[in-house]
Amino acid sequence: MRVALFIACYNDALFPDTGKAVTTVLERLGHTVEFPMAQTCCGQMHYNTGYRREAESLVGAFNDAFRGYDAIVTPSGSCGGHVRHHHETETAPNVYEFSEFLVDVLGVSDVGAYYPHRVTYHPTCHSLRMLRVGDKPLRLLRAVEGIDLVELPEAESCCGFGGTFAMKNSETSVAMLRDKMDNVHITKAGTLCASDNSCLMHIGAGLGRIKSGVRTLHLAEILAATK
Amino acid sequence: MTGSAAKDRILADIRSALHDVPRAERAEDVAVTRDYLDSHATGDVVGLFVERVRDYRATVTRVPEAEVPAEIARILAERGVRNLVVPPGFPREWLTAYDGSRLTDDPPLTAAELDASDGVVTLAARGVALTGTIVLDAGPGQGRRALSLVPDLHLCVVRTSQVLPDVPAAVRALVPDRPTTFISGPSATSDIELDRVEGVHGPRTLDVLLVVDS
Amino acid sequence: MSDEKVNVVWLGSPTFPNAAHDALRDGQLRRNLKHATTTIRDKRLRAVAELDDWETLRLAGSQIKDRVMRHLDEYLLRLEASVTAAGGVVHWAEDADAANRIVIELVRAKGADEVVKIKSMATQEIGLNEALAADGVTATETDLAELIVQLAGDRPSHILVPAIHRNRTEIRDIFRREMGKYGVAAPDDLTDEPRVLAEAARLHLREKFLRAKVAVSGANFACADTGTVAVVESEGNGRMCLTLPETLITVMGIEKVLPAFADLEVFLQLLPRSSTAERMNPYTSLWTGVTPGDGPQEFHLILLDNGRSATLADRQGRSALHCIRCSACLNVCPVYERTGGRSYGSVYPGPIGAVLTPQLVGVGTSKHADSLPFASTLCGACYDACPVRIDIPEMLVHLRAKVVDAHRGEKLPAPEALAMKAARVVFGSPRRLAVAERLGALGGRIAGIRGGRWLPGPAKKWTAARDVPVPPRESFRTWWRKAGRR
Repeated sequence: MRVALFIACYNDALFPDTGKAVTTVLERLGHTVEFPMAQTCCGQMHYNTGYRREAESLVGAFNDAFRGYDAIVTPSGSCGGHVRHHHETETAPNVYEFSEFLVDVLGVSDVGAYYPHRVTYHPTCHSLRMLRVGDKPLRLLRAVEGIDLVELPEAESCCGFGGTFAMKNSETSVAMLRDKMDNVHITKAGTLCASDNSCLMHIGAGLGRIKSGVRTLHLAEILAATK
Repeated sequence: MTGSAAKDRILADIRSALHDVPRAERAEDVAVTRDYLDSHATGDVVGLFVERVRDYRATVTRVPEAEVPAEIARILAERGVRNLVVPPGFPREWLTAYDGSRLTDDPPLTAAELDASDGVVTLAARGVALTGTIVLDAGPGQGRRALSLVPDLHLCVVRTSQVLPDVPAAVRALVPDRPTTFISGPSATSDIELDRVEGVHGPRTLDVLLVVDS
Repeated sequence: MSDEKVNVVWLGSPTFPNAAHDALRDGQLRRNLKHATTTIRDKRLRAVAELDDWETLRLAGSQIKDRVMRHLDEYLLRLEASVTAAGGVVHWAEDADAANRIVIELVRAKGADEVVKIKSMATQEIGLNEALAADGVTATETDLAELIVQLAGDRPSHILVPAIHRNRTEIRDIFRREMGKYGVAAPDDLTDEPRVLAEAARLHLREKFLRAKVAVSGANFACADTGTVAVVESEGNGRMCLTLPETLITVMGIEKVLPAFADLEVFLQLLPRSSTAERMNPYTSLWTGVTPGDGPQEFHLILLDNGRSATLADRQGRSALHCIRCSACLNVCPVYERTGGRSYGSVYPGPIGAVLTPQLVGVGTSKHADSLPFASTLCGACYDACPVRIDIPEMLVHLRAKVVDAHRGEKLPAPEALAMKAARVVFGSPRRLAVAERLGALGGRIAGIRGGRWLPGPAKKWTAARDVPVPPRESFRTWWRKAGRR
């Protein structure tokens, strides 16, 4: 199986550790991962903001970059969802969100990780309602050795990011963010985990501002951790 | 009556809006998958009806036919009904034990007269078990719609043989051109802080007498 | 023409972000909304979970609506013929003004100077009460929440529970202050108990019901084959209006027609569970034209277009007309939960309002309506809750594109448009992206080192409550290349 990593542009620029973690986990499971250097952006931000023309012009390049792979794995639920739903290309059906790929394609839930901390999980909206990943991320987390996984109250409620929504409707966005942060604090978890760095960046930026001390980590980074 | 020009313009606008619909397409060509269940009710349908009507905080009493007159009299006495609206076609023999006065709708009672009554007793057209619904269709013993609406108490006599399992069966059993009312519990509102209050404009008390058919 | 549509959008409404600004600062409103939406959300989930075939019912509901929309002209003609055959009179109204004129003429012909009304989105949309008032006719809203809103001189904030923004104490004060001005006053010992408040409304309205000659209603459904019209309600005020007066005038959006009476078996399962989260609402009334000796002896059905045929023309926006006004999408919407309905500046609030309002008034016609498709995080909760499977998130994105396209080619492009174009150029090649990433990392680190937690310009909106993420020293692709991977 030829596996390509679709990193997503914001992970590439801002969260390289997530891509490294995905690579670590997949290699630990015995797979070779390739990173097609021609990849840039799937066009999600443009598409969702109404710049459909610009978004569509990125589809061909994406397809060219990932042609020929059996599986295209991404640590971004929202970009994965965008490609699967809106790219009408030969590569689009081969795109898998990271937890989907592990559980559905590789049939693995225990990846041999060790993370001895209290963690709570925020299921990001597009993973949940666009890709329907269900409890797959939680199944992976439950198998992590040493983890103290606590349920996040009102977990399925949006964090208020929504891409450009966070700027265009910043006050409403912040009101949603505050409720999310309150719920995170109720869990007394030291780590907030999610399968999408865009939402995680939003919540993390809020938590950072109030100096809450809660750390945000992508699912892949917890799964990459070992003794 | 009004605006055949308006009608023509609206229809023309709709037709031009539907430019993508092939001319040859008929309405029936648009697929409708009716794989939904005919009924969600399982087991004892009459028992379910009783349970679901009670969920709305209406009372339900099950009685054999022979005990109907006594039971009607008991309920009306308990509720203090002395002035009862009786629709045309309601079985006289069922009111033999009731000793209060009766208001018949012939000539039609005024809204004020209905308002001044203590309650109304009616038959029903159907019952729906899953949703705890009583269906009235202004048939014999039910009266016109105002009779079961304006009085503050509604005693409704339903036969067990009239209870259907679920909504689809009820809709299929209805006669469309009859004025029909689905009643599921007493009048209610949740408009104030979503606190449910039974009884606003319709009858605040709904008592159901379920006659067990042999 | 555009001023005839003012009631879809309330005149002078600010854009969504500005309206939300005030709503978000109203602590009482926030608490009421949170309580109301979470309560009904949980209840709806339980009501829906009772039916194993819910998804099948949703699909049937959506397909029936699709069939109606694709053949709307035929169904309307069939409905007109059925209603007429059953003794009703059908009127066609192209816009709000025309519909209001028809109602006023009918009321005048009966010599009436007051009407009782059942809660109806269509009559709110056309501003009927105001039009009647301008002509000297008093319209009394008889739904409890609508009565509260009307007495307070307020605007509704929810489709199903229009006074969701008011708590019991506020309602008691409104009743004490206002009821006496319009009829039976509230009793002196009125408390703020919901039961007591409902009793005051019962007494206040009863005399109006018993006296009214003309009633005005909307319609939940109208069956083309039989001419049967359906109104779904809880309190019995609807039955009062549909039964006691001599004349009934029903104003109905043209999209509310159903092919057949038999289709009610789908919608009478979908609507109550989605809206009040009950197995069945207390009262559903079905009537067909006029029944001698029972109910109004004169029945008028007004078929209202008011932007609907224009909405129908957009293939991707068309299904907004499938809406059965259950309000489930409002209750699950995280944006609505924070801002309430009035921020949407329209009789149609929440996610469905954000797709319906701009289409009814026309995309690109007002800053206000154009701001609505952006009032969403695209979280998708509305689509999951919709009983007729309207893909609201996808439609929001489609309408965003229409808004953006309406402003393309303007001499002074918005900063956002420039940014999006610039981003497109950067993403056009991996090489350009790599350069941008290096510059971004540098700039970000400089800003970070300078404690750049507060940025100027448009980015201020981000940093008001959020830190700026500091870019790493090297991007993922740089690391990959340096690591000598392929």
